[in-house]
Amino acid sequence: MALPNKPVGELKAVRDPEVDKRDVDVLIIGGGMAACGTAFEIKKWASDDTSILLCDKAALERSGAVAQGLSAINTYIGENKVEDYVRMVRNDLMGIVREDLIYDLGRHVDDSVHLFEEWGLPIWKKTDDGKNLDGKKGQKAGTLKGGATPVRTGKWQIMINGESYKRIVAEAGKLALGEDNIIERCFIVEILNDKDDPKRVAGAVGFSLRENKVYIINAKVMMVACGGAVNIYQPRSVGEGKGRAWYPVWNAGSTYTMALRAGAELSMMENRFTPARFKDGYGPVGAWFLLFKAKTVNGLGENYAASDDAKAELEKYAPYGTAAVTPTCLRNHLMMKEYKEGRGPIIMETSKALAALGETMSKKELKHLESEAWEDFLDMSVGQAGLWCATNTEPEKKDSEVMPTEPYLLGSHSGCCGIWCSGPEEDWVPESYKWGYNRMTTVNGLFTAGDGVGCSGHKFSSGSHAEGRIIAKSMLQYLAKEGDKVTGFKETDEELVDLVYKPVRNYLDHCEYSTDETVNPNYCKPAGMAMRLMKMTSEYGAGTGTFYMTSGKSLEVLMDLFEMFREDLEKIAAGDLHELLRAWEIYHRLFTVQAHTRHIQFREETRFPGFYYRGDFMGQNDEEWFCFVNSTYNKETNEWTLKKEPYHKIIAD
Amino acid sequence: MPSFVIAEKCDGCKGGDKTACMYICPNDLMVLDPNAMKAYNQEPDQCWECYSCVKICPSQAIEVRGYSDFVPMGASVVPMMGTEDIMWTCKFRNGVVKRFKFPIRTTPEGEANAYLDLKGKDLNSGLLSTQEADGYVLTTPQELA
Repeated sequence: MALPNKPVGELKAVRDPEVDKRDVDVLIIGGGMAACGTAFEIKKWASDDTSILLCDKAALERSGAVAQGLSAINTYIGENKVEDYVRMVRNDLMGIVREDLIYDLGRHVDDSVHLFEEWGLPIWKKTDDGKNLDGKKGQKAGTLKGGATPVRTGKWQIMINGESYKRIVAEAGKLALGEDNIIERCFIVEILNDKDDPKRVAGAVGFSLRENKVYIINAKVMMVACGGAVNIYQPRSVGEGKGRAWYPVWNAGSTYTMALRAGAELSMMENRFTPARFKDGYGPVGAWFLLFKAKTVNGLGENYAASDDAKAELEKYAPYGTAAVTPTCLRNHLMMKEYKEGRGPIIMETSKALAALGETMSKKELKHLESEAWEDFLDMSVGQAGLWCATNTEPEKKDSEVMPTEPYLLGSHSGCCGIWCSGPEEDWVPESYKWGYNRMTTVNGLFTAGDGVGCSGHKFSSGSHAEGRIIAKSMLQYLAKEGDKVTGFKETDEELVDLVYKPVRNYLDHCEYSTDETVNPNYCKPAGMAMRLMKMTSEYGAGTGTFYMTSGKSLEVLMDLFEMFREDLEKIAAGDLHELLRAWEIYHRLFTVQAHTRHIQFREETRFPGFYYRGDFMGQNDEEWFCFVNSTYNKETNEWTLKKEPYHKIIAD
Repeated sequence: MPSFVIAEKCDGCKGGDKTACMYICPNDLMVLDPNAMKAYNQEPDQCWECYSCVKICPSQAIEVRGYSDFVPMGASVVPMMGTEDIMWTCKFRNGVVKRFKFPIRTTPEGEANAYLDLKGKDLNSGLLSTQEADGYVLTTPQELA
């Protein structure tokens, strides 16, 4: 024990940070695929005197969900019809989606994929005699834009060599926007409303992770695209392994919370994603199912998903359950049934799949196939490769277990929670879906993309990039027409510094009281609060511990716990800049997971069996609940409001 | 599998203005101890094992050790980044070694075409800049409900 107490991190926080004030036309909050799309597109439409600033809490080259790389692009329309893309998304998400947003995404996404290839992303090609060419060989076979055939694993997915996917996309974004217009390691934590019009945004505030500095930014229009939410539920691994989340562990719900607190309406926040992945390592299973044609069996060795029992179960959820492709949540639902009835674990038969493929292949081809299987992990989930090595798992010899993960919130992958956004201003879009600017939230001047846009899942990396490009134009349209209406925010510099640095001041006020700076009755620390939040959501909010089951009463208990948690966050303490980051992330996680569970509480049915269950309202109730659920929050009064919002069918069955 | 820094190999990026691992870590985990001039992972249980620090380290001083709560000991997965390819050496617990080489990009680094000279014409259309330049026609749904 060493007195006096001192914070753990290298970059100590001080009571009074420097203030860096900026005044820009356009503010981009985030640095992932969507923000890089905006960065690439925006200057092509902006006048030369438009000032644009991008703030990323990490480094653009490796930030966001694609930081590690990807082995496939999951949305490429190519030879397919955009209408079919809408049908696929609608069926997977149990019917309630925004078909205008999905269609709009589908007619733009390929353009981004063509740019990725031009920038240097290797995309696999199929030869006329059915062979796969990757890397530079794939490039020699022609470009997708020029009509070359990609290697499809499913109807919408194409294979890539994607280790450097994000580096390539960030490079183009950085070049297009200009390095001088980007601040890395700047964590924006709160959006500020206009002083004369609370339904309009006027700025944002954040801080540097590298020096004691608060950024106070005036902006006329902005986008928030900081990914989804991870570590909001207790993960299956609670020691070191809690970092091995399936979605990036640094996604803290900042997108949803910042928009919600600025007054934006959220939609379908009850939707979540609990992907079935290789157990513990969370490596991708898509290529194993689609490319290698592997099957999963239960603990008795039965192909449970093909049983009569399973068929009967799926029929309960017609027409989604009986469609050609079973929705993701229902595939989980079948798996849950096996676990609950004692027929676990679920095993992916990698050995049989590779043996079957080997029957028609030469030794060289088989070797290449093995390499493809490993690349699938090494491109996007290295830890899974590490786990296979550590457990002596050669997939041709030893099978691996598959298991559904803890819940994640996102709007770009196979989930659709997010912010309620305007669709395109076109005749075919229903009136209640559009209010002027494509992808603007219900707050004037606040836009979003990627994981932020609700009711429009399955856009993935490519779709998020394309969506970021779409809103680059929308934001400039707004700037031209309404930029003059922004009059600035009411908060003073002092108030904002106090807001952002409150955890630091809490720490400095009290850290000498006890002899161990981590245990002190006057404040709480982010590490402890993280565990407290995940314990309560997991126990009462349909986490893994209850097989994703919850009830009205459990949710009532949870809401009480949340309220005390929110009050206690007033006393969160951070001694260094890294801890200040964690303090704000916990704050963002709280509001996001609260929105999620409040939506589950409001929707009195089980719309997504396999993702979560309302034990008191099992089954779907189309008569009452074939609609969106939208919510708002008033940060002045701490009040939540939830309502039903009508669904409109645009594309025929 | 949290990343760890091999003390003997890390030179703190020689006190330059950028410590590579600290610059790149998406989760703000890697940090330089300026007195020891060595980097370390300040929060191993928040490591996504994305390998960004491992790949960028100019001294090959960073590796990854399996998560203590579920990974048996003795294996390693080590990348070597090139400009066009990445080489992986995967060592199993039982001594089996597999090596793989995968392409990472087809253009020289820094030469992604950012279309710096492209200027869009119609801000109010639904077309993206390169779609407009290519003469792409925006579709509307034909199979309406």
